[in-house]
Amino acid sequence: MATGRPRQLFRNIPSKIAAIPMILTASVVFLGGTLWTIAYSFTNSKLLPRWKLVGLDQYERLWATKRWIVSFENLFIYGVCSLVFSLVIGFVLAALMDQKIRFENTFRTIILYPFALSFIVTGLVWQWILNPDFGLQGIVRGLGWDSFSFDPLYNPDIAIFGILIAGLWQGTGLVMVLMLAGLRGIDEDIWKAARVDGIPMWKTYLFVVIPMMRPVFITTIVLIAAGIVRLYDLVVAQTGGGPGIATEMPAKYVYDYMFGGQNLGQGFAASTMMLLSVLVVLIPWAYLEFGGKKRV
Amino acid sequence: MAPAEEIIAGHWIKREELMKFVKTMLAGASMLGLSMAAAQAADCEVTHWWTSGGEAAAVSELAKAYDATGNHWVDGAIAGSGNTARPIMISRITGGDPMCATQFNHGRQAEELVEAGLMRDITDIAEAGKWRDVINPPSILDACTVDGKVYCAPLNIHSQQWLWLSNAAYEKAGIPVPANWNDFVETAPKLMDAGIVPLAMGQQGWQQNLAFQVLLLSLLPNDVYLEVFKDKKADVAGGAEVAKVFQAASTARDLSADSNVQNWNDATNMVITGKAGGQIMGDWAQGEFAIAKQVAGKDYSCLPGLGLKDVLLAGGDAFYFPVLSDPEKTKAQGDLAAMLLQPEVQVAFNLKKGSLPVRGDIDLSAANDCMKKGLEILAKGSTVPAVNQLITSDTRTQMEDLFVEFFANKDMTPDAAQKRFADIISQAE
Amino acid sequence: MSDPSSVAMAGAAADAVRPVLSGPSGRRPKRAISPRNIVIYGTLGLISIYYLLPLYVMVVTSLKGMPEIRLGNVFSPPVEITFQPWVKAWAEACTGLNCDGLSRGFWNSVRITVPSVIVSIAIASINGYALANWRFKGANFFFSVLIFGAFIPYQVMLYPIVIMMREIGLYGSLWGLVIVHTIFGMPILTLLFRNYFTSLPEELFKAARVDGAGFWGIYFRIMVPMSMPIFVVAMILQVTGIWNDFLFGVIYTKPDLYPMTVQLNNIVNSTQGVKEYNVNMAATILTGLVPLVIYFVSGKLFVRGIAAGAVKG
Repeated sequence: MATGRPRQLFRNIPSKIAAIPMILTASVVFLGGTLWTIAYSFTNSKLLPRWKLVGLDQYERLWATKRWIVSFENLFIYGVCSLVFSLVIGFVLAALMDQKIRFENTFRTIILYPFALSFIVTGLVWQWILNPDFGLQGIVRGLGWDSFSFDPLYNPDIAIFGILIAGLWQGTGLVMVLMLAGLRGIDEDIWKAARVDGIPMWKTYLFVVIPMMRPVFITTIVLIAAGIVRLYDLVVAQTGGGPGIATEMPAKYVYDYMFGGQNLGQGFAASTMMLLSVLVVLIPWAYLEFGGKKRV
Repeated sequence: MAPAEEIIAGHWIKREELMKFVKTMLAGASMLGLSMAAAQAADCEVTHWWTSGGEAAAVSELAKAYDATGNHWVDGAIAGSGNTARPIMISRITGGDPMCATQFNHGRQAEELVEAGLMRDITDIAEAGKWRDVINPPSILDACTVDGKVYCAPLNIHSQQWLWLSNAAYEKAGIPVPANWNDFVETAPKLMDAGIVPLAMGQQGWQQNLAFQVLLLSLLPNDVYLEVFKDKKADVAGGAEVAKVFQAASTARDLSADSNVQNWNDATNMVITGKAGGQIMGDWAQGEFAIAKQVAGKDYSCLPGLGLKDVLLAGGDAFYFPVLSDPEKTKAQGDLAAMLLQPEVQVAFNLKKGSLPVRGDIDLSAANDCMKKGLEILAKGSTVPAVNQLITSDTRTQMEDLFVEFFANKDMTPDAAQKRFADIISQAE
Repeated sequence: MSDPSSVAMAGAAADAVRPVLSGPSGRRPKRAISPRNIVIYGTLGLISIYYLLPLYVMVVTSLKGMPEIRLGNVFSPPVEITFQPWVKAWAEACTGLNCDGLSRGFWNSVRITVPSVIVSIAIASINGYALANWRFKGANFFFSVLIFGAFIPYQVMLYPIVIMMREIGLYGSLWGLVIVHTIFGMPILTLLFRNYFTSLPEELFKAARVDGAGFWGIYFRIMVPMSMPIFVVAMILQVTGIWNDFLFGVIYTKPDLYPMTVQLNNIVNSTQGVKEYNVNMAATILTGLVPLVIYFVSGKLFVRGIAAGAVKG
């Protein structure tokens, strides 16, 4: 929506002044902090940052560590599932809410309230519900179905999905609200036009409405993705990374080595790898978003 | 298309409403900002991570004794063990807003803060209190000493090498309570027949790591323990003797296969309720038995060194004192450091905490059977320093990662685990 | 506005009359009981169970005594209702030596949350506005860096920010913490506002420019009033994030400013001693109460904001 024409310098001065906090945050904190982190990932800093270069040692150790590799795989599995399910569930719920239903307020509150609770709480509650002895499995078995088995948190192969269930419970409400805000921004006339043309509703959603909600989707995806990359509290509260190392996550590796292991260098190397993988995804997107075409 | 003016006009009133709202909120915010200036007298703020019932009771003994010296103890408790509390403490110290005193597990955790000159040298207080003479075992004071200078005041000794056994579980299985680890392993099948989990084990790396260290110390001579963890000899760590310990750990893994708990106190609870035969855990487990009103010797038994040898794997807690510019607070620090070592404070604190005093010259007749066993061994001087005093936290974290995986993954062979263990030791500083 | 790849019809419709913001879309409701309604309400009902189950477990557990918790399953209703856990969580639970429960940190949390939410939303909405409507050279670069910042794990930035705060003399103060919350909230919020402002019809902005309105004039008179839904979303995000924050609150302030989550952490995370699940749950619900109430209230605002947007000329 920017006015594509180049402006004279002085006419945009209020905008530049208004953007000073952003420029400072971006350049000093994020860019500066990142460069600082990358620089110190080549040192053997322990408890305090120390400028003693050790080359790529930290990275060699990192990629020789099984826990890190498992964490990275988990991030990938969790990330893809979480992104897809959050978007689909969030959008479907928002679309349902948008049908001029009764009790919209009630339903919206029910779906959104988990977001008010911290991850620590989410992890704790779901840890109980998924406990095979006194949680869901116990109840179903108590009803007479003895062979029923549902113990994701005690089975290393599927433990990560136990985390996913809790993560989706906490996060989809916000996705729904964002989508709803987006849907409400869609013009009624588009629906009218679609109806006049006899286009089925699902087609209208898929080919008309969703493309028009592109900005909302971008916001939502960034929000979900940032949450995925930073995922820490939920795992700590729900499984502590277990059973074994089945639900370890990169952010937990970073935290454990920085503060538990007092090996800043190793933590910095791990976070540099995390940031690098974020960049791999982000740069093509930024190019498409800003680089390729000019907005009309 | 609606003309812009109309739209603007249509929103005019709402905008005013909004501005009013924003103004009210801002006014509220600035008032809150003003009211937050609160001054403090020459108090001493102490940060620590003792937050459970028994621990808090122990801390209140310290606070009472400290307030009696004319200073004021300001409590700064942060729960969640060192991993939560440590970044906070380090940030405060490096951010230029240090507390008066802070807990650290003594050993190598605070080394760098000392090297950076951020911690106060309390050698003068140590000398005045003759710490060199009264502290037993001396290794506890050594852990506070860097380049001949004392930087922390040791407070207590926690020992790790205990096997706690449920008398009720063995009664149910109809066999006598084992006298050592070998008996324990031999009789385990009978417990299983009786539907009892032989070994309770929380599925957290530090607990499994602790069990491994205790096995290593108990099954092998003390020299081997020191060679591995103090001298970091990778060939010993990968050698035939230590291989036996990995076999034992593999046995422990089988015996604890049905122990589905996470926290150490949940595991202790299995022993208390007779659902499990035993648990390898530190002396803090006694607090759990005490809360459940169980009596040492009658309801539960304890075997130091797994019943194989009398030895204490001794670590503990200590207080460090950041460098402060305010002379009044500096004096308050000195008073605190001196107070921590006073005999009456040591007795009062350690009875509540369930740990052993760092002074050999005081009377602890109120201690229970298990604590007395510990005191006897301590009096004999049969102690080795806890692993945490010998290795860095980094190495410790790597070992925890190894054992949490080993205990969860039945397919990991003892040989493979030992190889990784030897690697970790070879890299350790 | 619309993606070039979308169906031609959409483009035509979008380019045609575009009122400001429309109300709920979709078909008009028909009779109460129809297959369509059964599907909609059935789905929402089932989903509601999934969302409500944990809350049920929390409330039920918080009303049980410890012996009952050890025996029963998590879903069974309490045999004997006790409010003791709630009393304990609010006023008696100990943090070290201070045994005054969550009440201790409540006002601190308010003191931290109110200015942090206001400042962070104000700054981010201005950022988004500048980026959407007054783009200057280099803006995209800073914006990209900002988005990148959303993915940096908090832990990595802890120490650098300690040093920055120390250098500007705000370490340990309330305003230092407000700045930290503003910084970490900025990426997502800016993106949120930028995208929302971008999706507002450009004609509005142009018309206001023709009328001679400037940067701030357009912001206050057009953008803010027209963007209530997104302000509410931003508020939800920030209130939740800041109210539930533990790490920043405890690292960048002093103990007399510690938020309520510090006590919550101490109650929930005590590693030694018996875990009092009922007190944990009561403490959890109490801590979450403020964001919950705000959601409830803002739910109405949310609707009002949308209604305001739907006014057509």
